[in-house]
Amino acid sequence: MAKNKTILYAAILAFTFIAPFAFPNFGTQLATLWLMIIVALTWDMTGGQMGYNSLGNIFFYGTGMYVAALISIGMVYDIGAYTNAAGGGIYKFTDLQYFGGLALGVLGAGLFCSIVAVVIGYLTFGLRGPYFAIGTLGVAIAAGELVSNWDWVGGGQGIALPVYPGDLDTGKIFFYFLFAAVGVSVFLFAKWLYGTRFGAAINAIRDDEEKADAMGIHTLRYKLYTWAMAAFFVGMAGGISAFQLIHFEPLESAYQTINLGIFMVVCVLLGGKGTLWGPVIGAILFHVFKEVTWNYLLGWQWVALGALIVVTVVYFQDGVMGWLVHKRPEWFGIKVEEKVAEQAE
Amino acid sequence: MTSIIEVQNVSKSFGGVVANHDVSMTVNSGTITGLIGPNGSGKTTLFNSIVGYHPIDGGSIQFEGEEISRLPVQQIARRGLLRTFQQTRIYGAMNGVENMLISLPHRKMSIWDALKTYTKEDYERADHLLEFVGLYEKRLLKSGDLSFGQQKLLEFAMALMNEPTCLLLDEPTAGINPTLINGLIDRLKRANTEFGITLFVIEHNMRVIMNMAETIYCLAHGELLAQGTPDEIQNDQRVIDAYLGAH
Repeated sequence: MAKNKTILYAAILAFTFIAPFAFPNFGTQLATLWLMIIVALTWDMTGGQMGYNSLGNIFFYGTGMYVAALISIGMVYDIGAYTNAAGGGIYKFTDLQYFGGLALGVLGAGLFCSIVAVVIGYLTFGLRGPYFAIGTLGVAIAAGELVSNWDWVGGGQGIALPVYPGDLDTGKIFFYFLFAAVGVSVFLFAKWLYGTRFGAAINAIRDDEEKADAMGIHTLRYKLYTWAMAAFFVGMAGGISAFQLIHFEPLESAYQTINLGIFMVVCVLLGGKGTLWGPVIGAILFHVFKEVTWNYLLGWQWVALGALIVVTVVYFQDGVMGWLVHKRPEWFGIKVEEKVAEQAE
Repeated sequence: MTSIIEVQNVSKSFGGVVANHDVSMTVNSGTITGLIGPNGSGKTTLFNSIVGYHPIDGGSIQFEGEEISRLPVQQIARRGLLRTFQQTRIYGAMNGVENMLISLPHRKMSIWDALKTYTKEDYERADHLLEFVGLYEKRLLKSGDLSFGQQKLLEFAMALMNEPTCLLLDEPTAGINPTLINGLIDRLKRANTEFGITLFVIEHNMRVIMNMAETIYCLAHGELLAQGTPDEIQNDQRVIDAYLGAH
């Protein structure tokens, strides 16, 4: 069994490396798929594993975009002058400035989002269930509106970043591997975290927070840390997106609550909440569904998407993984075990 | 004999309803103490006050000599004063072993300890305690699917896993079938003698409480009606009138 798992992981990793070269026309699509996997896995950290359904995780994506962009620009130029629409200046970046800015920007975006998550978490984790969802959604919407009125960061026009210094196809592969690296990291991180006492504690909060309190678990502390971890990865993903998109603006691409902000939730519901593989499977299914309908059902694509959400929420709440657990519990070790060890003694 | 819980003149009202009025009692370290009384007499309210679920209106509650009446639930739990619930509370989506592992004491656990995986000893202890309450065979089943009685046993095992110094049990035998009750009495007594845990037990089953407790307090209408050994309580006319009834 362990051997099969190793082969499976090796195959997936090998496919990850080969994919952008085997399907060169789908480079950006595959990069976006990794982005979906990242936001789905991180959403599940609080939504699925801890029982706090955030609709505001997109806030970290947008904030990550801005922080990464501002760091990389600010290292070389005056930000106010750079973002001034009427300035008309030409700003050049050397290779070192570009890649150095990208590396520090993406890392800084992750760290900044983590800190902000602790602050917002402190204010919102007193809310439960739908109130937490709406509260966090409010944070994301408000942030988008505030940023779009903040001229220093480009206001409603957003920010244009330098273009990847190499040729375009290499750039696509470069961003694919950045997203893939973060995606694989999130997966391995989550796999490890859910096996620790920390993972068990956040599961306890999900199942019965009052009981967890009564057992002496530091519930608020675990909630803050979990959200900060999720925000770190989402912030980094946002930072990479900023460089990949080259130009972004606050409401449609950064704080896109009704697109990516909802998609990540749908991915997790589709794949199965509170499981390690659910968000990954869900992200793949969702991304394929979305691209197929956007290509072949154009004009009806949002209707098809809405139908998918309704069907998932009404008839398929446990997702693919939940359905599998229900159908094949023995695959997941759910069984009555006889006392073999005791009798042998 | 040293006291572990000192309740002095505690009062608690919900709006116009006086749930506890001027209640004082002492739980001695290492003993089993019972709390009885008719429905609505304020037993669970007193438990909730002790473990910090709600602030009290007046009086003092001390645990191991320290005032705890203003501390939040988690801090009191981390001091080693734990309670089980009348409406059993377990983590239903997880199996028995996971329920047990989660219940490891967090009082000395730093965030770095929390990032470790469970050790072989943790698993052995979980298995041992599940064996102790008779749930070993069902330990890999989703605990939400266990019967009510089994969930009660699991909750008791979880409490033991937390290594409390004092355990408040709210009706441990309610909903458990008569044959299992004997086993449970035995286990509660063993938890007291073998693990050295002080027990403070709310119980409606008189056979159970009279067999276990050394001291019993009886509440009625939110006030302390009587206290004494099981024999004294059984023969106290006030208790018979208010609660036990004449046989």
